[in-house]
Amino acid sequence: MALTGLVLVLFVLGHMGGNLLIFAGQDAINAYAYQLHSLPAPVLWGIRAFLLVCVGLHIWMAVLLTLASRKARPEDYRQKATVQATYASRTMRMSGVILLSFIIFHIAHYTARIIPGKEYNTQLTEVPLVQGGETMLKQSGDPIMTFDVYTMMVAGFQVWWVSLFYIIAVGLLCLHLTHGVTSMFQTIGLRNKRWENRLNRLALAYGWIIFLGFAAIPTAVLIGILDAPALTASVAAEIPTQIATLEK
Amino acid sequence: MKLTLKVWRQKNAQTKGRLETYVLDSVSKDSSFLEMLDILNEQLIADGEVPIAFDHDCREGICGACSLTINGIPHGPDRATTACQLHMRRFKDGETITIEPWRAKPFPVIKDLVTDRSAFDDIMQAGGFITARTGSAIDANEIAIPKDDSDYAMDAAACIGCGACVAACKNASAMLFTSAKVAHLNSLPQGKPEKDRRVLAMVGAMDEAGFGSCTNYGECSAVCPKEISLDMIAQMNRDYLTAKVKTFFSQKSA
Repeated sequence: MALTGLVLVLFVLGHMGGNLLIFAGQDAINAYAYQLHSLPAPVLWGIRAFLLVCVGLHIWMAVLLTLASRKARPEDYRQKATVQATYASRTMRMSGVILLSFIIFHIAHYTARIIPGKEYNTQLTEVPLVQGGETMLKQSGDPIMTFDVYTMMVAGFQVWWVSLFYIIAVGLLCLHLTHGVTSMFQTIGLRNKRWENRLNRLALAYGWIIFLGFAAIPTAVLIGILDAPALTASVAAEIPTQIATLEK
Repeated sequence: MKLTLKVWRQKNAQTKGRLETYVLDSVSKDSSFLEMLDILNEQLIADGEVPIAFDHDCREGICGACSLTINGIPHGPDRATTACQLHMRRFKDGETITIEPWRAKPFPVIKDLVTDRSAFDDIMQAGGFITARTGSAIDANEIAIPKDDSDYAMDAAACIGCGACVAACKNASAMLFTSAKVAHLNSLPQGKPEKDRRVLAMVGAMDEAGFGSCTNYGECSAVCPKEISLDMIAQMNRDYLTAKVKTFFSQKSA
C-alpha cells in the first residue's frame, strides 16, 4: 500500500508539473508532450506498464486489507462512534473507488482518445513543433509536426461535465492524499510523536497543492483564461482539404 | 438520576445476542459505571432475572479486565480512563446509554459483555518475553539503561492489555497492543538480542489470530486508557521491515 502509494504520489506531482506547462503557452505544452511521446517505445511503455502495475497492486492490497478487516469483525456495533479518525481516513475506500473510475475515464479521454464524440486524433490537425521560440525542422527542411495537446486539453475542458468530473476527482485525490501521504510514513515506520504533526501538515499541504495545480487548468478554461479555436472550427477547417483530396 | 440502558445480552458464543432495554431509577451521580451495573444486577436478581455478566477486577484502572463499549466508544467518553474509573456524573439525567462488548472475531463473546481475550495471550506467548536464566535476579543497576530508553520502554509497558484498541479500531486490528509489547522489550538491552525474532513471531501470531489490518485511523490510541502512542506501531513496522530484510539475507533462521 505504502510503496505503490509512494510511486503514485510522486507520479501525480510530476504529472501536475507537466500539465501546468499549459500556462506557458501552446508551444510549451506541445513540445513537452512531443518529448514524452518521442521516448523510445520500451521506455515509454515500460513506465506506463509500471504505473499500471502500481495502480493494480495498490487496489489489490486495498481489497485484501478490506476483506481481512470485514472478516475480523463479523458482528458490528449497534451503536457506532468515531473518536478522532479524520474524514479522509474514513473515506479512503470511497475516494479510491471514485478515483479509479476517473482514471479509467481520463485515460480513455486524453491518452487513448476513444470517448465517442471526443476522438481527438481525427478531430485535430497537427501543428508544427516549436521549441524555445524556434520551429523545429526535419532534415528535409519541413517542420516537425506534432499532436496539438494544447487544443485537445482546452477543447476537452470546455465541456462542462468533463471539467466538473475532473475537479471533483482531483478534490477526492486531495482528500485521499491527506490521509495517504502521512499514512505512508507510518506504515514504513518513519513517523514519531515529534514528526506526526509535521507529516500531517505536509500531507495536507501536498494534497492541496495537487488539488489547486490540477483544478487550475479546467477552471482557467471555463472562465476563458485559456482559449483555443473551437473544435468545430478546426474540424471545419479540415473539410476543404478533405474535399480537395476527394476531388483529386 | 434516571437512566435507560440498552445492554447486549448473549447467552454464549453459539447463540445470537440482542440489545435489551432496562430502566434504572435513582442512580447516584457519584457512583462509578461498574457500580451502576452492580445496582442494575441487584435489581435483576430481585426480579428473578439473570444478572448481566461483565468483566471487572481491580476497579482502579490498572488490571485491564473491564471491557465495555459505552455508546460506541470502548471504556466510554473519558480519555485515558478505563470503564471502572468512569463515573455517572459524566452522563446526563434521563440519558440512554448503550453498552456492548468488545467486538472482534478473535474476541468471541463468552456471555453478555464478557469476551474471551486469550488471543492476546497467544501473541504474548509468541514473543512477549526475554529468554533468560531464571533464578536469583541480577543487580538492578548492573545493566546501564539511558533514561530516555527506560522512559520509552515504560510508556510502552503501561499497556494493560485490555483490548480497547481492537474494539475501537474500525478494522479490529491489534496493532497497538502488539506494538506496545514489541516496543517495550525491543527498546531495552535485555530484549534487544531477540528483537528480530520477537517482532516476526508476534506479528505472525497476531495475523494468525484473525485480527484486522491497520489503516492508520488512530482510534486505538485515542481510546487507550494508558494512552499508548501510535509511535509504537511505527516502531513495530520499522522493526518488522528490518527483521524481514535481515532474515532474507541471513543464513540463520529467525
